Amino acid sequence: MSLSTRLLATHDRRLWLGLGALALLLLGVVPALNLAVPPDSALHVPNYVVTLLGKYLCYATLALAMDLVWGYCGVLSLGHGAFFALGGYAMGMFMMRSIGTRGVYGNADLPDFMVFLNWKELPWYWLGFDHFWFAALMALAVPGALALVFGWLAFRSRITGVYLSIITQAMTYALMLAFFRNEMGFGGNNGLTDFKDILGFPLSQPSTKLGLYLLSALVLGLAFLLVRFVVTSKLGRVMMAVRDAESRVRFLGYSPTAVKLFAFTLSAMLAGLAGALYVPQVGIINPGEFSPANSIEIAIWVAVGGRGTLVGAVLGAFAVNGAKTWLTGAAPELWLFLLGALFIAVTLGLPKGLLGLLRTNKHG
Amino acid sequence: MADESNPQDDPHGPGVPAAGSILYLDGVTVSFDGFKALNNLSLVLEPGELRTIVGPNGAGKTTMMDVITGKTRPDSGDVLFDQQVDLTRLEESAIANLGIGRKFQKPTVFEHLSVFDNLELALKAERGAFATLMFLLKGEQRDRIQATLGRIGLADKSGQLAGALSHGQKQWLEIGMLLMQDQRLLLLDEPVAGMTDAETEATAALILDLARDGTRSLVVVEHDMEFVRALGAKVTVLHEGSVLAEGSLETIQADAKVVEVYLGR
Repeated sequence: MSLSTRLLATHDRRLWLGLGALALLLLGVVPALNLAVPPDSALHVPNYVVTLLGKYLCYATLALAMDLVWGYCGVLSLGHGAFFALGGYAMGMFMMRSIGTRGVYGNADLPDFMVFLNWKELPWYWLGFDHFWFAALMALAVPGALALVFGWLAFRSRITGVYLSIITQAMTYALMLAFFRNEMGFGGNNGLTDFKDILGFPLSQPSTKLGLYLLSALVLGLAFLLVRFVVTSKLGRVMMAVRDAESRVRFLGYSPTAVKLFAFTLSAMLAGLAGALYVPQVGIINPGEFSPANSIEIAIWVAVGGRGTLVGAVLGAFAVNGAKTWLTGAAPELWLFLLGALFIAVTLGLPKGLLGLLRTNKHG
Repeated sequence: MADESNPQDDPHGPGVPAAGSILYLDGVTVSFDGFKALNNLSLVLEPGELRTIVGPNGAGKTTMMDVITGKTRPDSGDVLFDQQVDLTRLEESAIANLGIGRKFQKPTVFEHLSVFDNLELALKAERGAFATLMFLLKGEQRDRIQATLGRIGLADKSGQLAGALSHGQKQWLEIGMLLMQDQRLLLLDEPVAGMTDAETEATAALILDLARDGTRSLVVVEHDMEFVRALGAKVTVLHEGSVLAEGSLETIQADAKVVEVYLGR
């Protein structure tokens, strides 16, 4: 009881009303307009929009993960795309195994790309991925374990600030190069694709897509509550203390290494979860997801929305990706310039992001 | 009880020169690029003692605190807490959890947290990540924080962000944080720097109050001689990284070497 009181206590009722309205919109109105309104009506939400929103919801979960570790704990990870991609690969491996004999080569034991490479048996690290529970577990455990080991080495050596950002970029870059290699056994350049179904639901069916969308919305909601629980706890306040004056925290008897490791690992697991939900919706995962630029983009979403607010991270993920979808359609060559300009504008003019802007306007 | 110290832990074997001390520094030397910030420094503090440390700039006062709190490792020498714990091998957080608290020269409070939250973070409690995640403030702990708020004169600032406090109030908040930690040894680096006369007087009264019950030992580093006089404690004069003189303020002020160090240049 006390835990739920803590969740609800801080912050005003308007926030919770707003979130409730958003949940109603995403979980009720969008599916209703998709299913019940005839396609020729102006109010109809087409299937492609549902999938697009599903993608954004995964990005928003990823942004929440980023806000936990950056906005609250001050660790600017520029490698969160790697955790997202690893979660995506885990789910992709499950869907590859689910293809069975429906592949081009009709081989029940090996995915097509392995047959093509003339491999004779499944590598040991693919074992278990024919079970959904195992793949789901790995989507959390692999990013979590990587974050734990990487973070332990980095935080213990007191690597902070821009140095930490650089080595996280190096981490995701190294993983990208590794996953590009065919010998790694993850499909090389092409990655994993041609998925047929997930848990028996054909991925081409609009109803499956709607289901994945609803699941993504639910996961975003649960992730929000989880991260909110962490940041409103005393540990959340210690995180902010580490962010603002790390060395002072040591003299209070807390270990900044342990605090940062907790935030980093939890954040990586959430990123992995987001990736695992993302891949069935886009139908492909390839090494491009590890690209350093992707990780930087995640930081931009959070900066644009407003750091250290959680709501801002979700807002930023939707706003930036919405703009990206629109602009890459309307004037693709301009997108990267706009992204760069956006980051500079936010850094210089809006240190508290869009959310900060909304709040000032309300008061002023 | 003092004789129970394990001879294997003690580099000097039984007999323990540190016997009966809360803090024992012997022959501590720290050099930075050839410059000796501490030069064969020795100092013994008894349990419950209030000690003031004075000395010109560069005498090694802050470096000494860095060595005691694990921020700086000495090149040589012994630093023992409570007769037998070797502080030169421990991390800052481990030393803090042993019962040694420190107030920095420049007040460092967590500016984006409220005054109350600053004290709550300092409150003595399990420091592990999961224990901290699940921590719930009990009624008696809340009362303790309220009592400390009153003691440091910030009762009406409880919900205010610490960053909005005045300089002197930040100094007090930091002292309050030390109190919440329930430390046995408090190191206060220039606690009245930048304070008005009235604030300085109130701080002296607070420190004397803390020293009175004898449950904690305090080391106060200070430049302000009026403040040192107000504390009326034993004074150690540091000069070029070693102890120049030790005794009451009157003895010190009559000491020719001290007069030369302070006035001779």
